[in-house]
Amino acid sequence: MEILEELLYSKDHEWARQENGEVIEGITDYAQSELSDIVYIELPEEGIEVRKGEAIGTIEAVKTVSDLCAVLSGTIIEVNKELEDHPELINKDPYDAGWIVRIKIGDPEELGTLMEASEYKDLISME
Amino acid sequence: MKKTPLYEEHIKLNGRMVDFADFKMPVQYSSIINEVKGVRESVGIFDVSHMGEIEISGSDALNFVNWITTNDASILKLWQVQYTTMLYPEGGIVDDLLVYRLPDSYLLVVNATNREKDFNWIINNKRGNVDIEDRGDDYFQIAVQGPLTLDVIKRITAEDPSDLPFYWAKEESISGNKVLISRTGYTGEDGFEIYGDSPLGMKIWDIVMDAGETINTHIVPCGLGARDILRLEVGYCLYGNDITKETTPLEAGLSWLVKMDKGDFIGKESLIKQEEEGLRRKLIGMRLESRAIPRHGYPIYKEGEKVGEITSGTHSPTLNYPIAMGYVEKPFHKKGTKLEIEIRKKMIEGEVVSLPFWKNGSIKR
Repeated sequence: MEILEELLYSKDHEWARQENGEVIEGITDYAQSELSDIVYIELPEEGIEVRKGEAIGTIEAVKTVSDLCAVLSGTIIEVNKELEDHPELINKDPYDAGWIVRIKIGDPEELGTLMEASEYKDLISME
Repeated sequence: MKKTPLYEEHIKLNGRMVDFADFKMPVQYSSIINEVKGVRESVGIFDVSHMGEIEISGSDALNFVNWITTNDASILKLWQVQYTTMLYPEGGIVDDLLVYRLPDSYLLVVNATNREKDFNWIINNKRGNVDIEDRGDDYFQIAVQGPLTLDVIKRITAEDPSDLPFYWAKEESISGNKVLISRTGYTGEDGFEIYGDSPLGMKIWDIVMDAGETINTHIVPCGLGARDILRLEVGYCLYGNDITKETTPLEAGLSWLVKMDKGDFIGKESLIKQEEEGLRRKLIGMRLESRAIPRHGYPIYKEGEKVGEITSGTHSPTLNYPIAMGYVEKPFHKKGTKLEIEIRKKMIEGEVVSLPFWKNGSIKR
């Protein structure tokens, strides 16, 4: 299971890549592997305000359906439209081509509530 | 939790194991979508040893089988196979099953989830001079399914099974091991199911896989997830979802399994009554406009009023759109009727379509 050192992680198995007051969010390799065969994703609208932990989208895999939660509070400034036609990108490349949303950070202090790679590794080893 | 004779094989293949009907079974190996594709385009192999086998013998075996099932077992010739249902007196379904006519007995192949229930049901309804034996643990069962299956099977059997018709069985020998093979399956593709003594299961699996390799035909191990999608794409019912104690074969579109003129059978009176009164609901197929997946239990509406419920639904990898089966009140069962399915509080439009969804299977009828 791939866990990238430079990313931050949520307990809901989302990752966040921080850059210039924004984060790019996706789901982890562990999450995509558990879901398997993602066939559809409902993305949030660009421009909406979201709160950390709030459900902002839905990920449909063949066997199950799962909420996508906002990894941080802020404004959705971009969604990955490629996923509308190619949701399988999340399975194939969860940390790059399979990114899901870009959020303008509302409250930088929330960054501290996310996990480092080593903590996340411990979390999934317990599941 | 029980293990099938193929359990070690699933572990070796890195199958994702789940609890299903008292067994540890693989829900998938690589990817459900790839496994479905493998069966539609090439060959898939499934461990279905969790299915139950109940053997009925004795001088009244035929009459008894005809009493507990809805189809007419008396028309079966030696080695012929028949799809049928067992009913409660009220007309609801105990199980759907296959009946094999063997030289000295009838072999009933029943759903894994219903093994114990069916055996008890059959024992409790025993009539005449019959012996009823639960053979579920004695047999392994491997399904080999897909358009290229024959190429594989004919390499490993002593005799060429090319002319074995759909829904016929025969005794065969695979590397000197006695097995029963039948031209049956649950995928809509050409294929065989192989039965034999449980300890032989691993060996036969390996022989099939090796044969595929020899002729350069890719054989994809498939789990329960792929099996469920394959059957739904061709509109086959799954017990517990599409057919239950609460549904009759007439409502489920299985009236072709009910032979009213064959004599008495359990549930007949209730079906006659239902026929006279007219059906209130029917099992239908639906195609959805959106990509959201309709799942078991989701309500179906017509102009804001609830008219039914989804019993099975999935994303169809073969057709690349969502499909579902469900019961709706008449007259909303008619082909072309526009209905709405509630998916996470949103109304998603769909249309009633004819079954099967996937019409280009390689099955040899």
